[in-house]
Amino acid sequence: MILGQKQLDKIHDTLNENLIGSGVQSVMLIDTAGNVIASVNNGNESIDLYSLAALAAANFGAMSCMARIVGEDEFSLLFHKGEKENIYFCKVNEELLLVNIFNNQLSLGFLRLKMSKVVEELLDVLTL
Amino acid sequence: MAFINLKDKVIQAKIVYYGPGRCGKTTNLEYIYDKCRTQVNSEMVTVKTQGDRTLFFDFFPFDMGKINGYDVKIQLYTVPGQVKYNSTRRLVLKGVDGVVFVADSAVERRSKNIISIRNLEENLTLYNKNIREIPLVIQYNKRDLVKQGIEVLDVETLESDINAELKAPSFEASAVEGQNVILTLKKIIYYTMSSLEKQLKQEQ
Repeated sequence: MILGQKQLDKIHDTLNENLIGSGVQSVMLIDTAGNVIASVNNGNESIDLYSLAALAAANFGAMSCMARIVGEDEFSLLFHKGEKENIYFCKVNEELLLVNIFNNQLSLGFLRLKMSKVVEELLDVLTL
Repeated sequence: MAFINLKDKVIQAKIVYYGPGRCGKTTNLEYIYDKCRTQVNSEMVTVKTQGDRTLFFDFFPFDMGKINGYDVKIQLYTVPGQVKYNSTRRLVLKGVDGVVFVADSAVERRSKNIISIRNLEENLTLYNKNIREIPLVIQYNKRDLVKQGIEVLDVETLESDINAELKAPSFEASAVEGQNVILTLKKIIYYTMSSLEKQLKQEQ
């Protein structure tokens, strides 16, 4: 997969405006092979992106397999809640995932509402 | 599926160490991690069982530095070797750009090697990849077992079992001692990068 400067700039803008601007601490666009396509954060995060991307892609893949085993096409909500930090996964298309890290000041419901717009914008950018 | 970021000029490619259980895939990665710390800006991730067997994968990103103006990051993975973990093995293979097949030289592990290379072929087919076309390097590991009086297969037998048809580059190695571990890595990186370059030219 190859993405040019224009596409990556738009991806960064979309993630920054919609997610970081809404209180998400860190968001990564990754592919299902575990590559980091883009990442933005609020300036207060120092996460090992490459390790997180590898684990997130594997986790998503494992969840998809589990869904099929129990007769589902996929699980619509992939969310891990911690004491302070939470992770929410969102599928963009068959190849791409968004991994959001956010704290308890932001509600999951609000984030999910934002996500449909973000996914729509990302899909537009990918067809450029 | 490698990813090329034209904005930041970064290439990410995925190399997977494959092979039967206890053949030394994790030991290969541990040796590389230990000897090449300046090229690894991350902790090694291992998802393993309580018995220290790989459950999902081991992983770290290996920084190759600049090639033709691009920062090249190689994502190194192992798969779980045990037969029962085939579904997780398949997941790790997703998007693979190059494979190192680690074979166990011990005589008693002969059939496990053959089963594993066939399993690799099947699992690659699921992702529309052909074992004869993907960059592949074969490593005959555990050559040091001879020193402990354990009988090992001769290289001709291993070649005939695993590589007769594939004709991939192969190395005798000892991951525990570090023999040919880096050479194996260099070879697979060279093949993977050459293959990516060829694919890019075809797409252009």
